[in-house]
Amino acid sequence: MPTVAPLDLEGHVVGVAFLKGVPFFAEATGAIHRLDLGHKTTEVHEGLLSLVVDDANDTLLTGGEDGKVMRTAADGTTSLVTEAPRKWIAQVATGPQGSVAYAYGKTTHVRLAEGTTKEFTEERTVEGLAFAPKGLRIAAARYNGVSLHWVGTSGQPIDLEWKGAHTGVTFSPDGRFLVTTMQENALHGWKLDAKPGAEARHMRMTGYPAKVKSVSWSAKGKWLASSGAPAAIVWPFQGKDGPMGKAPLELGTRADIMVTSVCCHPAEDIVAIGYQDGMILGARFADSKEVLLRRPGKGAITAMAWNKDGRQLVFGSAEGDCGVVDIAG
Amino acid sequence: MTETSPQKPIPVTVLTGYLGAGKTTLLNRILSENHGRKYAVIVNEFGEIGIDNDLIVESDEEIYEMNNGCVCCTVRGDLIRVVEGLMRRPGRFDAIIVETTGLADPVPVAQTFFMDDDVRAKTELDAVVALVDAKHLPLRLKDSREAEDQIAFADVVLLNKTDLVTPEELERIEATVRVINPSARIYRTQRSEIDLAKVLDQGAFNLEKALENDPHFLDQDDHEHDHTCGPDCGHDHHHHHHDHDHHDHDHDHDHDHHHHHDAPSPIHDVTVQSISLRGGEMNPDRFFPWIQKITQTDGPNILRLKGIIAFAGDAERYVVQGVHMIIEGDHQRAWKEGEKRESRLVFIGRDLDREKLERTFKACEAQPN
Repeated sequence: MPTVAPLDLEGHVVGVAFLKGVPFFAEATGAIHRLDLGHKTTEVHEGLLSLVVDDANDTLLTGGEDGKVMRTAADGTTSLVTEAPRKWIAQVATGPQGSVAYAYGKTTHVRLAEGTTKEFTEERTVEGLAFAPKGLRIAAARYNGVSLHWVGTSGQPIDLEWKGAHTGVTFSPDGRFLVTTMQENALHGWKLDAKPGAEARHMRMTGYPAKVKSVSWSAKGKWLASSGAPAAIVWPFQGKDGPMGKAPLELGTRADIMVTSVCCHPAEDIVAIGYQDGMILGARFADSKEVLLRRPGKGAITAMAWNKDGRQLVFGSAEGDCGVVDIAG
Repeated sequence: MTETSPQKPIPVTVLTGYLGAGKTTLLNRILSENHGRKYAVIVNEFGEIGIDNDLIVESDEEIYEMNNGCVCCTVRGDLIRVVEGLMRRPGRFDAIIVETTGLADPVPVAQTFFMDDDVRAKTELDAVVALVDAKHLPLRLKDSREAEDQIAFADVVLLNKTDLVTPEELERIEATVRVINPSARIYRTQRSEIDLAKVLDQGAFNLEKALENDPHFLDQDDHEHDHTCGPDCGHDHHHHHHDHDHHDHDHDHDHDHHHHHDAPSPIHDVTVQSISLRGGEMNPDRFFPWIQKITQTDGPNILRLKGIIAFAGDAERYVVQGVHMIIEGDHQRAWKEGEKRESRLVFIGRDLDREKLERTFKACEAQPN
């Protein structure tokens, strides 16, 4: 039986992570908590907006309402990466070779490990950032599509156009697909490995009753799980054309409780599904079998992360009732 | 305790008005008054006049067209993002004020609070307040459509800088504002000085409260002209049905009024019209399909609509309101003893067909048994 070690915080949790095996919880207030031989807290921002894990060096990269981009290490020490006074840093991303990116307004700023910076300006606000898994390439989601920039060269960006507001962006782990979350209740995808000059290959993933705010690639990128429905919607990406013409899996279906967060297991084809009422289920792709990981709580699940061996799941909620699930119990 | 404790929606006040009309002055009055409330302020840019508040967020006005093929279904993407961010830490403030730029279209701002599910779940549009520079309004109306839209869309209009115009000019300006928006509450102000109770907590989009204090719907037993035009206004609303071909309409509509204007009419540059419909008790099986159809077909031309409907055999008043194609309605309260059970509906918009609206509205009336 899975067991839950709870941690009660006061407010909305923006992101969670494991750093060197230690569970981390980042609150919207700017406080970052960790369970490292007891509950420890570091005040990192005056208001925290965005968070990513830098897998390369087991640190957190966060952006705040205070205009700061901060790095937090597994022992809780923090360092200022950069600062843009009075701007809300709502987008941060980490890339290969120690590079980081952040955005406010219409401009993406990329900072390479050795300290040089590059800027890429869009016509509209940058709403999502992601580095490609290979090569120094960054995608900026914006109104009516995504701009793909090569960081190292001064070549023209590739504009992936699709009408509507794109609010987030992610590459498949093999780099063959790019998927955005949208203001409307849909995901949109592009196939990136088409031959040069070939027509852009679009994937429209629709049918959601709510906005999709959470997506997660399964191990090896064979599936993409998503929130935005009273079930986890899991699209197949094994084929060369991704989910085109295929129906998704619907896992962990509940009558009228929305899924708010999804997080795929690091090794198995299993997804952790967090709901509006704080419940968390684990569901297996192969047979849709479900297991209860956490009973309903106070707030909607806002973030989840597995540890490296996939035995523990850290979660956070909109009301601050967080915890760590031990799968083996 | 319930599993998810629903918070009371945070009220949002939208300030519109041309550059220099006095928005920032009003904003600073709201923020500095000793009312014990804390505000989050969303501005387009940190202006030259400082805003004295702890929580100010800068956002670039960004219009989203929704991907549903409807050109009037626009929202403000920046507000969606900022409100989402603010609402993660709701304890910091009691209300939100959005200050728009002078050229902002108020419609996407308002529609954001109806069309985006997340924003709608946590906030509630309280009122749209338009500041009008009394001195420069005629010029503004001449050179922009936004100034007119801002007035047409407002719940409260502050006719500001009244000290810079003569009493006669002021009468004309106020009459012009009335023509553009007969249902707004209009206050004359200098340096944006106003009792804040007249600006905040209006509940103008709240179906329970809406229309209760609406001048257009007060004095319901009065004769028609008083509540459509207001006491200062000599223009009735009928001139609009022949104004589609630009400025060739004359102003002979004044002739059947006892009071008169010797100055040229100020409303040459008014393209917004308002249409007030009045009827008896309605048949819901006719009214609902009708209002759906009207808002579907004429939605792009409807800036706002408000109404109180008396349904035959229904003990309660039904209220409706809409913005473009978005319409919502609900039972509000029981009809009072002696209250006249009639249905009234006001459309504010452009290129509306008065005759068709009047005729088809009438056709929704319940047939007497």
